[in-house]
Amino acid sequence: MALRRNENSLFYGVDRITVITYTLLVLMGWLNIYAAVYNEEHKNILDISQKYGKQLIWIAGAAILAFSILVIDAGFYTVFAYWFYAIILLLCLLVPFLGREVKGSRSWFRFGDFGIQPAEFMKFATSLALAKFLSNENLIVLSRYRLRFKDLFKNYKNTFIAVTFLIVPMLIIKVLQDETGLAIVFVAFIIVLYREGLSINILIFGLITVILFVLSLVVAETNTLLIWMGVITACGFLFIRRTKKNILFAVLIYLGAAGVVLGTNYVYEHLEPHQRVRIDVLLGRNEVDLKKEGYNVNQAKIAIGSGGFWGKGYLEGTQTKYDFVPEQDTDFIFCTVGEEWGFVGSSIVVILELFLILRVVFLSERQRSPFSRIYGYGVASILFFHLCINIGMTIGLMPVIGIPLPFFSYGGSSLWSFTILLFIFIKLDANRLLILR
Amino acid sequence: MNNNAQLADRKFIIGGFFVLIAIVYIIRLFYLQVIDKSYEASARNNALQTLTEYPPRGFIYDRNGKLLVINEASYDLMVTPKLVKGCDTMALCEILEITKEEFLKRIKKACQAPNSPRKQSIFEKQMSSATNAKLQEKLYRFRGFYVQSRTVRKYPRPIAAHLLGYIGEVSKEKAEKDSYYKEGDYIGISGMERSYEEALRGKKGTRIVVKDVHNKEVGRYMNGKYDTAAVAGKPLYCTIDASLQEYGERLMKGKKGALVAIEPSTGEILCLISAPGYDPNLLVGGKERNKNFAKLVYDSTLPLFNRAIQAEYPPGSTFKLIDALIAQNDGLINRSTMYPCARGYPPMGGKPKCHPHGPVDLVNSVAQSCNSYYSYVFREIVDQKKYPKFIDGYNHWRDMVMSFGPGTKLGTDLPYDRPGKVPSVKYYDKVFGKNGWRSNTIVSLGIGQAELLLMPLQMANVVATIANRGYYYIPHTVKGIGNEKEIDKKFKEKVYVGVQNQEAYTNVIDGMQRCFDAGTAYYSRIPGVVACGKTGTAENPHGKSHAVFMAFAPREKPQIVIACLIENAGFGGTWSAPIVSLMIEKYVTGKVTRPELEKKMEAVDLIQGKNLITTEFH
Ligand SMILES: [Zn+2]
Repeated sequence: MALRRNENSLFYGVDRITVITYTLLVLMGWLNIYAAVYNEEHKNILDISQKYGKQLIWIAGAAILAFSILVIDAGFYTVFAYWFYAIILLLCLLVPFLGREVKGSRSWFRFGDFGIQPAEFMKFATSLALAKFLSNENLIVLSRYRLRFKDLFKNYKNTFIAVTFLIVPMLIIKVLQDETGLAIVFVAFIIVLYREGLSINILIFGLITVILFVLSLVVAETNTLLIWMGVITACGFLFIRRTKKNILFAVLIYLGAAGVVLGTNYVYEHLEPHQRVRIDVLLGRNEVDLKKEGYNVNQAKIAIGSGGFWGKGYLEGTQTKYDFVPEQDTDFIFCTVGEEWGFVGSSIVVILELFLILRVVFLSERQRSPFSRIYGYGVASILFFHLCINIGMTIGLMPVIGIPLPFFSYGGSSLWSFTILLFIFIKLDANRLLILR
Repeated sequence: MNNNAQLADRKFIIGGFFVLIAIVYIIRLFYLQVIDKSYEASARNNALQTLTEYPPRGFIYDRNGKLLVINEASYDLMVTPKLVKGCDTMALCEILEITKEEFLKRIKKACQAPNSPRKQSIFEKQMSSATNAKLQEKLYRFRGFYVQSRTVRKYPRPIAAHLLGYIGEVSKEKAEKDSYYKEGDYIGISGMERSYEEALRGKKGTRIVVKDVHNKEVGRYMNGKYDTAAVAGKPLYCTIDASLQEYGERLMKGKKGALVAIEPSTGEILCLISAPGYDPNLLVGGKERNKNFAKLVYDSTLPLFNRAIQAEYPPGSTFKLIDALIAQNDGLINRSTMYPCARGYPPMGGKPKCHPHGPVDLVNSVAQSCNSYYSYVFREIVDQKKYPKFIDGYNHWRDMVMSFGPGTKLGTDLPYDRPGKVPSVKYYDKVFGKNGWRSNTIVSLGIGQAELLLMPLQMANVVATIANRGYYYIPHTVKGIGNEKEIDKKFKEKVYVGVQNQEAYTNVIDGMQRCFDAGTAYYSRIPGVVACGKTGTAENPHGKSHAVFMAFAPREKPQIVIACLIENAGFGGTWSAPIVSLMIEKYVTGKVTRPELEKKMEAVDLIQGKNLITTEFH
């Protein structure tokens, strides 16, 4: 393959489209943080006592990080993938004991006015580790023979290991740090596993479980639901061969499903009140008091909904500016967009984020190294999951889980972690042609 | 790598899934932002603050233009908890004379539903103007606090509490149902304040202000384009004669009962007294009001209970007038009809009992109030030949009675009035079994006893009908609202009763006049006034009889009718007649020539058990 003139240039092979999209999102994010925090007394954009001033510093830091990542040899990430994973996992383990408590959360290392959450960086570390593992192993279950229980572990060994890579940080972050939002993100890696051959059966099994989970919460009468499930199972008998085995199998499925339903109700009853309320708000159960539990979501919807088609104009939003929307600069930053930029602006943000994600998917698919591809899918999945939950909760389609909108929300840790996540991939991608040499 | 080629197709599913979710979100955004307009309104409510301006409530005047109800400025301290920052708590507590714990408790209450930290709620109700003055000086030190001025009622004359009613904070249910009210607003709860709430309250005004980041007022929204001015409540001109009401209340002091006076030519209520009463000024003000209210609620004499329109009493002998009218109207008796009396009703072995008196014709039967006479009369009506079936006879009697008002709601403009009771055939069938009763079973109905129940206002209305000789106007309390002296048309229409035989009225009225001249009300004769009356002693199963008296005067062109009932007092001629006669004298002649009687009646305190009247009036 002929080498280009500037192959030694630092930016050789860097996908410009991705970088430009990234830059656009970060700048738009900053503008909106400024609008969200904006007040007459502090107009100076460099005022670091204000969040937009701080965010500028975080952005500068992100630029340096991005630059550094591009400088470092791509092989470094491949070779040290497990090391990243191990070290950051260790930090996550230690932070509850070494870090300082902020707003009741023990997930921060503080440096003066600035704080870092190691859990944020677990995202790219897990992506790296998973990529490394899956690039050497195979998830596909080759045997087409009848499923036998004793082969189960053998067949799905790699799947179990891969899932362990996700479960461990999830548990640590949830149990030790009590950061539900940060922990739940690891669910996104299911997309990666799927791309790399996760059995469809497992996915369908998971999907049905989720549907049953939601149904058992929505249908007030558990017994009614169980009866209907019984009816459906009975109907199923019409379509299967009525051998003893099949019938036994169907009955087992029914019992399993009933278990999920009853289990869900049990878990729901034993949830912390605030968690139960979040589920109630989402499902519209038990008339939620709009002034209390439903307040956040309702105010978010009001802010976004009042934007209209064209929006109220930059810095003209009354809802976000006047503090009606909680967390308007971090998790609810999308409200500012919706109110001030209207349908046009919020659609552009959704499309721009989606474009970046699809671009990453596209780039992943053109990788020749499995490691790069898998890592790329990790990036896309993480970004997508954040987009899906964050915007979903502001428009009332998802439960309120505190996770940021990628590149948009205020916060150094999240910006830096997304930057690292993305730029490692950009570096890997830039390197794809060199790998073959 | 076979597998990878196979798996590569999964990129389409993944990519498709991403796109699908994004499309769903964009559709949802389109719905929220473009289609559903309700969010815009909600947003406006959020950032703009609508301040309410409360109009003064309408004054209430008596029929001669004397002021009965006026307003006084009152100040509520409002708080928006979220804005309370760096407040000088100690100073505020000192001014309001509350403890720090109380302060925190109230802030907490203001934060909890239905209040909200972002919304104003009442912190201290109805502060005195002195407290307000102290507060105004230092208000700048109490961020998040705001004084809302309103008005409260004041009563220059401490009279007619039941009739005027009182105002109070609107109930939660009402506030939810009626968008005019929001929690903390005042609303008429009883009496005229309730009936004429809409006229009296006026219209609240609003001022919409824009608040900046720090929730400071920065100006009027759209230069006040959407502001509305408050409209003052309309004054109410009521039919009450303040001096008569005052006089009646003085006479009724220390007694339980009610007294209602009506102008028969218009149906206007001249006074409406329920005893014991209370000073309406007690139910005004913040802390004091609650204390007083509780005291009145727990008072065993039920001062808050409006006996004049809500208490059901047997009318006793006064009811005989209606029987006499119906029987004459049906052609069953005439002026000279006589019935035997043997200290009771002979066919039933002397029951119901009667007092000793000579033989009586129709006129004297009224004057002497003979029980036997009216037992005959009642049975004549019910068992008359025109109705072969006894039930139809009874229903005929009942319909005639009810046309005078008893057993129906009169439709006055006072809230919570009741129908009273004239028992139905169904009722007696239930008590005695079908066909288990005859006219003799229920003969005591004829003399106003048994299950018959009337409100004092209905009693007064019966007299008004007799005074008018066959019709009445629905009793009402208002002559005019605001500048237009218009009232509900129904109060201007004559309601005709079942008896239109003019001779029948003359005979009954003759009897009523003789009641004063030589009958049961002889000791209550009014100098210079030809009055007509009827005594009643309503047997009360729960204790001593109620004393009833009703009268009108003068006989020609009657100016006033009065019904008076005093609970557990005994004979109507002894207890109620003197009070009624004094009131008639005062109203018709303008002065009272019997100060001794006046003093005596005033001094009687049946509640405390001080009975100063000797038997001399018997
Ligand atoms: Zn007699």
